[in-house]
Amino acid sequence: MESESLKGVLATTTRPPAPSRLSASLTMGWRAMLKIKHVPFQLFDVTVFPLMMTLLFTFLFGGALAGSTREYVQFLIPGILVQAILLITVYTGIGINTDIKKGLFDRFRSLPIWQPAPLVGALLGDVARYSIAGLMVVGLGFFLGFRPGAGVGGVLLALVLVLILAFALSWVWMVVGMMVENPESVMTSSFLVLFPLTFVSNIFVDPATMPAWLQSVVAVNPVTHLTSASRGFMHGGLQWVDVGLVLLASALITAVFAPLALRMYRRER
Amino acid sequence: MTPAIEARSLVKVFGATRAVDGLDLHVPRGSVYGLLGPNGAGKTTTIRMLATLLNLDGGSARVLGHDVVREAAAVRSRVSLTGQFASIDEDLTGRENLVLVARLLGLGWRGARERTDELLAAFDLSEAAGRRVRTFSGGMKRRMDIAASLVVTPELLFLDEPTTGLDPRSRSQVWDIVRAIAAQGATVLLTTQYLDEADRLADRLAVIDHGRVIAEGRSRELKRSVGGSTLHIRIQDPEERPRAEAVLRRVLGPEVQNGADEDHLSAIVPDDARVAAALSELAGAGVRLAEFSMGQPTLDEVFFALTGRPAEDQSRTPDGEAEEEK
Repeated sequence: MESESLKGVLATTTRPPAPSRLSASLTMGWRAMLKIKHVPFQLFDVTVFPLMMTLLFTFLFGGALAGSTREYVQFLIPGILVQAILLITVYTGIGINTDIKKGLFDRFRSLPIWQPAPLVGALLGDVARYSIAGLMVVGLGFFLGFRPGAGVGGVLLALVLVLILAFALSWVWMVVGMMVENPESVMTSSFLVLFPLTFVSNIFVDPATMPAWLQSVVAVNPVTHLTSASRGFMHGGLQWVDVGLVLLASALITAVFAPLALRMYRRER
Repeated sequence: MTPAIEARSLVKVFGATRAVDGLDLHVPRGSVYGLLGPNGAGKTTTIRMLATLLNLDGGSARVLGHDVVREAAAVRSRVSLTGQFASIDEDLTGRENLVLVARLLGLGWRGARERTDELLAAFDLSEAAGRRVRTFSGGMKRRMDIAASLVVTPELLFLDEPTTGLDPRSRSQVWDIVRAIAAQGATVLLTTQYLDEADRLADRLAVIDHGRVIAEGRSRELKRSVGGSTLHIRIQDPEERPRAEAVLRRVLGPEVQNGADEDHLSAIVPDDARVAAALSELAGAGVRLAEFSMGQPTLDEVFFALTGRPAEDQSRTPDGEAEEEK
């Protein structure tokens, strides 16, 4: 231990002014990017599942469902994009749960920063995470013969809409992440919601052949409207009502869970 | 000048447990102050309340002249907390962790990097700085954690059990750091379970038991209240322990404890000059010694002297203990 340099370090006492809200949030976002860089696994282990489903469904059922695998890929990719990104939102909750357990939130909360900055920063990092996952899905699709009629612009618009619902869901997992004991519970409880939400939809098959009661469930699932809108953006034939319903659902979820997450964050633990 | 910490009748209740139960604390500025107590006595809860991380269920506290509830932001901008578990991001490198904290404290990117390099050098972490913290040893993590608390030198530093779980070398490094911080005039409030640590570092200390201060003062005064040092003996034949105990009680006074090992006894020595007499009386009574030593009183002995019972782990409730035995 260099006791002289230790003294020198301690002698500096000037305290800079506290960072702005934006600066504190961006710094927390920078942290999230570093985590993606150092632990890229967090991107792959959840994204690999939708990618696997893409391959499975395309080659096993594609011919039967849509006449040819190539036809089916056009149908499936806009939906798999939705599933991949919605599943990965779980990591927002897992990240927060881990931060609390490791005592990191104690440090953040004892700093003179805008208190919600760690949550907002985590969401900023999520944009990058979700976008990378989305690009992986579309990239694989392209490899399998996916050719969106509306071009890159359509794909990007679809991605933006998926990100909006993903953002809203992230608040839900933040709340779950602050409520449950450990990261495994975040994973389990969120998948209990996300699996039915993404499977009981029109992602994999046209709901026309489902029993009537299931069709009515599918029809009210926001994931169904998001998938329809995603297909509309990518291939044309967009129904604006789908976009409207997705935005409405996102707004409702955010309006309930964002204030709840912020309140729970401020609350002691 | 206002004291660093002025707490009156602090109370914190978790469910049925009164973790902190009417605790008073007065910490003068520029001192190292020790909170000494067994596990679960309420040390961490007290620190978390003073660092604005927990609400108070009763009482009031001012830190550096600011109320911890009404002026929490003012308190946060003057203190640093190093928690019991390294509160650093294990996925990030050592350097990234410090830059992160520096940025959150308002330094620019360049300022943050320069400050980080200074701290890494001072804490002997430069070589490891590019590695992820996950790969660091316990001592390195602890030094990282303290470095992160010193990115901007605080007026008051909270250190919660800074040496628990560290090897002796890392422990003495942390002690050096605490002394250097104190030498710069900052106030340090540290918690510990070890009397010798409190003795080495703290100017004053408070002994905490079940969420209350049961003794307060300079560590010298406290030890005197215990009776000073302790005589430890090991006897060759455990059967002779009752006889040895009787002799020690007669010569040294009532505070004699049988150790966990059946050949061990310890006695608090009211006057060091009596030790020689005690040893020769033992020989006279035919008790054969295997070894003897003089030691500082441990927390156990301070506790025993202050409360008349050993310093057991207070973090478990009686019910909890029953659960664990099943």
